[in-house]
Amino acid sequence: MVDYLVRFLAGGAVVSAFAILGDMLRPKSVAGLFGAAPSVALATLTLAFWKEGPAYVMSESRSMLLGSVALAVYCFVVCQLLIRGRLSALSATLSAFVAWLGVALGLKQLLLG
Amino acid sequence: MPIKLKASALSQTRWYEYLVRFVLGGAATVVAGMIAEHFGPAVGGLFLAFPAIFCASATLIEKHERERKAKRGLQGGDRGRGAAALDAAGAAWGSLALAAFAAIMWVTATRGAAVSLLAASLVWLLCAAALWLSRRKLRPR
Repeated sequence: MVDYLVRFLAGGAVVSAFAILGDMLRPKSVAGLFGAAPSVALATLTLAFWKEGPAYVMSESRSMLLGSVALAVYCFVVCQLLIRGRLSALSATLSAFVAWLGVALGLKQLLLG
Repeated sequence: MPIKLKASALSQTRWYEYLVRFVLGGAATVVAGMIAEHFGPAVGGLFLAFPAIFCASATLIEKHERERKAKRGLQGGDRGRGAAALDAAGAAWGSLALAAFAAIMWVTATRGAAVSLLAASLVWLLCAAALWLSRRKLRPR
């Protein structure tokens, strides 16, 4: 339980810090880069080093690389749904989760088994 | 346009919007940990690049842009969607920097937590800056 609480507080703090920095940065196109900041990864991998060791971190990082490709596809789909589909930001970002899941799990299955 | 920090932009965000992002970020970290525990690090690692708070951020950007236009008596629907799309395009470039972060973590993990996390963060920052500059050169306007 304490472990989950530490994860929650660490993740919330790092994500909030990157989000605040993203809010303040101008021009907006720079702020967008912070939308893909390694916030959850920094909190999770720091705890993984401490609890599980480097082999576990290597395995998580290798998969994170595939997750990043899925994130690029997700962002592209969100752009299309917003501009061409004229969906609201909430509908576009939620609908595109399907694309992220499909690409991430598909690449994992294809490349890592 | 040079890169700068605009502190006044924070006044547009209400306290509960910060709280939502804190809770979503914390929840995403807990869920990523739970997935790794149940399905192993190969599946859990995928969720380190899950766009957990992206929906909250994009919705806020759209809302703030719409409110700014409404203050001037204008309809801001298209402008709000455009601002959210610009943020998503930036995040798509940012995902390349995130991939660089993951790759550095992968190859340097055996050198210890401090070296690995510091090197990966530095590479992420440099990649993000380089990508933004390249994007500006490709699309100067």
